[in-house]
Amino acid sequence: MKKYKGFLYLLPALAFLAVFLIYPLIDVFIYSFEEGYSSASQSYFGIGWYNYDYVLHDPYFTQALVNTVLLVVITVPLSTGFSLAIAFLLTRIEKLRSLFQTIYFLPYVTNTLAVGMVFMVLFKQTPYSEGVVNTLISWCGGEPVDFIEGPYWAKMFVLCFYTIWIVMPFKILILTSALASVNPMYYAAAKVDGTSSWRIFRKITLPLISPSVFYLVITGFIGAFKAYSDAVALFGTNLNANGMNTMVGYVFDMLYRDGGGYPSYASAAAILLFAIVLTITVINLMVSKKYTHYS
Amino acid sequence: MKKYKPITWFFLIMWAIAVLFPFYWMVLTSVKEYAAYNAEYIPTLFTTSPTIENYIYAFTEVDLGRYIWNTLIFTVITTALMVFVSILAAFAFARLDFPGKSLIFTGFLALMMIPTELVMITNFQTITELDLRNTFLGLILPSVTSVFYIYLLRENFAQIPDSLYYAAKIDGSSDWKFLWRVMVPMCRPTVVTITILKVIECWNSYIWPSLITDDPKYYLVSNGIQQIRESGFGRANIPAMMAAVVVISVPLIVLFLIYRKQIMSGVVRGGTKG
Amino acid sequence: MKIGLDHLTKSFPANGRKSKGKDVIAVDDFTFTIPDGKLVGLLGPSGCGKSTTLNMISGLLKPTSGKIYFGEHDVTDLPPEERGVGMVFQNYALYPHMTVEQNIRFPLENLKGKDKLSDEEMKKRVEEAARLVKIDELLDRKPGELSGGQQQRVAIARALVKLPRVLLLDEPLSNLDARLRLQTREEIRRIQQETGITTVFVTHDQDEAMSISDLIVVMKEGKVQQIDSPQKVYDDPANAFVAQFLGIPPINMFDGRIQDGKLWIGPDAVLAVEGLPDQQVAIGIRPEGFILAHDGHLKNKMVRTEVSGRDISILSTNPASRSPQVRSILSSDDLPFIKEGQADFDLKPRKVFLFEPESGKRLRGTLKPLDQTHTSSPEEVIEVELLEQAENR
Repeated sequence: MKKYKGFLYLLPALAFLAVFLIYPLIDVFIYSFEEGYSSASQSYFGIGWYNYDYVLHDPYFTQALVNTVLLVVITVPLSTGFSLAIAFLLTRIEKLRSLFQTIYFLPYVTNTLAVGMVFMVLFKQTPYSEGVVNTLISWCGGEPVDFIEGPYWAKMFVLCFYTIWIVMPFKILILTSALASVNPMYYAAAKVDGTSSWRIFRKITLPLISPSVFYLVITGFIGAFKAYSDAVALFGTNLNANGMNTMVGYVFDMLYRDGGGYPSYASAAAILLFAIVLTITVINLMVSKKYTHYS
Repeated sequence: MKKYKPITWFFLIMWAIAVLFPFYWMVLTSVKEYAAYNAEYIPTLFTTSPTIENYIYAFTEVDLGRYIWNTLIFTVITTALMVFVSILAAFAFARLDFPGKSLIFTGFLALMMIPTELVMITNFQTITELDLRNTFLGLILPSVTSVFYIYLLRENFAQIPDSLYYAAKIDGSSDWKFLWRVMVPMCRPTVVTITILKVIECWNSYIWPSLITDDPKYYLVSNGIQQIRESGFGRANIPAMMAAVVVISVPLIVLFLIYRKQIMSGVVRGGTKG
Repeated sequence: MKIGLDHLTKSFPANGRKSKGKDVIAVDDFTFTIPDGKLVGLLGPSGCGKSTTLNMISGLLKPTSGKIYFGEHDVTDLPPEERGVGMVFQNYALYPHMTVEQNIRFPLENLKGKDKLSDEEMKKRVEEAARLVKIDELLDRKPGELSGGQQQRVAIARALVKLPRVLLLDEPLSNLDARLRLQTREEIRRIQQETGITTVFVTHDQDEAMSISDLIVVMKEGKVQQIDSPQKVYDDPANAFVAQFLGIPPINMFDGRIQDGKLWIGPDAVLAVEGLPDQQVAIGIRPEGFILAHDGHLKNKMVRTEVSGRDISILSTNPASRSPQVRSILSSDDLPFIKEGQADFDLKPRKVFLFEPESGKRLRGTLKPLDQTHTSSPEEVIEVELLEQAENR
């Protein structure tokens, strides 16, 4: 009996996991192959690839896929690059460094929905108010544009901007601590050799912190592929009509919101999303194995 | 090196402004009078006559107080349950021996890869079938487990030297007592870390609550704010909206400022958002 | 409380790949009764099974076979918390987040049922234990704020506070510096004698074991080699391993033979032997067993001398020696008689031990000097030499 005491401690966690993680995982695959499943009658009339076929031919899904891919391709490199630059700049100052770090971290602890509304207000153009961003654009001699309900590129821009703003804190923090953990000995050695500071950064610092950079790229990809609440914050819940839906948004709209009640389609879409994320993660890991330097 | 200093400062300050400006704007707007705000075609960067009427409005027109209370209950119970369950599981993995342990642990690690989005579909069905929509139970239960936090705790527990465990056995202590009197106090930083990360996660959670509650009585702040955005004050009352945003943002920011060091080092140790 | 070990055996499954590795036998058929109130040292090189034995006595490890008795009571299947043992760990294993007082108190709080103590009783017991190990002024500190020696005392107090029937110490001194080690071992002896608790401790340091034990158990590769009082273990080793393991500097080993009632090292007859047949033998000579003598029987080549003040060491070589150099320790009075090139010795029979060359088993015969009248005065040595030369012819 004593041999099984460990299970007793594990039991609560196992119970939760079994009901809310393992069972649903299996179930979602089953759903995705059940054709014409109806929540109301809990019945279906066939098994096959129909759900996938439907989803892949759904223009909303294509739109969501395009949006998500654009978001990923734009925000991941930009946010990682900016974060690296800022983390690097932070190492060059001593005064006020911890104040800056605290400020930069603030977006991490804010409610995505709530602050997204502030962005919406900043970028929105209404008949009554031009909005802060458009005022700035006018000052610079530009043409004001409604970023929230205007042209696609403007909406995409503000979505990317907000996403970057929201993910930067985590990246800056990770990179700052990675930079801080580089042994100053290397810098001293390079300086003695007369290396320029840009060369030191490229040839010494960057390789040494490359594991952190790759970690951020991988988690960044995964995170951006799962973007949803930032889009909701900016454009509201009716994302399909806005043309600004993301893949996760598509899954939930299929499941529940207006036009919802199709768990089979939602499952198929979720599995497609997961497959894409998994593929990209594996590619990322393979690339990072090749280029990452571990000390 | 020295000649670059002004540029360094310029960029750092620029980003600090980019981060702080939305916060400034939200506070500023929240204290502008409704009429004054709507009269500004070109927004002004400050106000001479701050008012708290928007805050009163935010609490009276919609049930903001209830949303905050709901979120508080949801956060406290979910976090407490999660911490308790995770501590037990981490202890079993780190300290106890039982048949199939390494196999089960490998399974656990594999589960870390599963995105919550994938399992939410079935969880939605499960909760609906159990008739738990619009209940706290339905909100809390699927949010309790976190494989990642169990993993984080286990790694920390495993660092406690074996000799302490043996010493406690010799001292006549049971496993249960050893866990709570020695292990948990010694790993307090990690326990605090996962608690804080979970609190942030709970406070900001949106997708699951939005699926499982459509009765405003059970709205959390995220849904509440979304509700306000869609219909609450009518679209035009931006100052009242901003007041609500301030109210729901403040608790986490205060928490962050108090536990700044722990939160930041906790996030470095392996937290990811959401 | 006497502790009985009855055919105690512990084997661990072979590690590594699932090849057909044999089980590792850590303790092999250990039978012994530790007398009540004694301090017993388990001594041996690392991996000899001494810690495994201690852990089986404590209950942290279950024996593969065999029994353990506390008094007449079979405790083999009792978990550690029900055995009533106190244990001090090598790294002390103090709970870092508790104060010294809370650490010492912890075992008392775990007492249940009729043993349960009131708050005042606990306080009294904690104070008593703290006073015994002289740390009553440190009760409010955390372990991190204490020196190694103080932590050690706290660990002992924690082990003693519940008045255990048996006290176990695992390498109690190995984490202390040399000066503290001397002091602490006296302290352990004192505490043990004051309390009269049957105490078992594990060490790889012979000095430690010799200085405070009533009995020493020498172990090697899971097998008990010898159980005796410290002096006996040194003076009368049961086998070559014990002879070699004990003694600093270590014993000098030679290959030799018994022939015609004499003990030969290479071409030199060094002692007379009675009671043993002619055979090849391994010879152990303690460093202090050498007598410097002009033309002594054992003829070594001088390498150099090392002077330490009180005594001198002569390092010499002999082709029959198993180690590159032979170390002999002499009184510094002998210094004037040391010559370049040659180092000739007579041997003290009591310091010379004979073993079977392969098994290392002790061969017990009577050793005597070749010539009873022999002393180290130069004239006589010449006489002896002449005599020997005559004999050889």
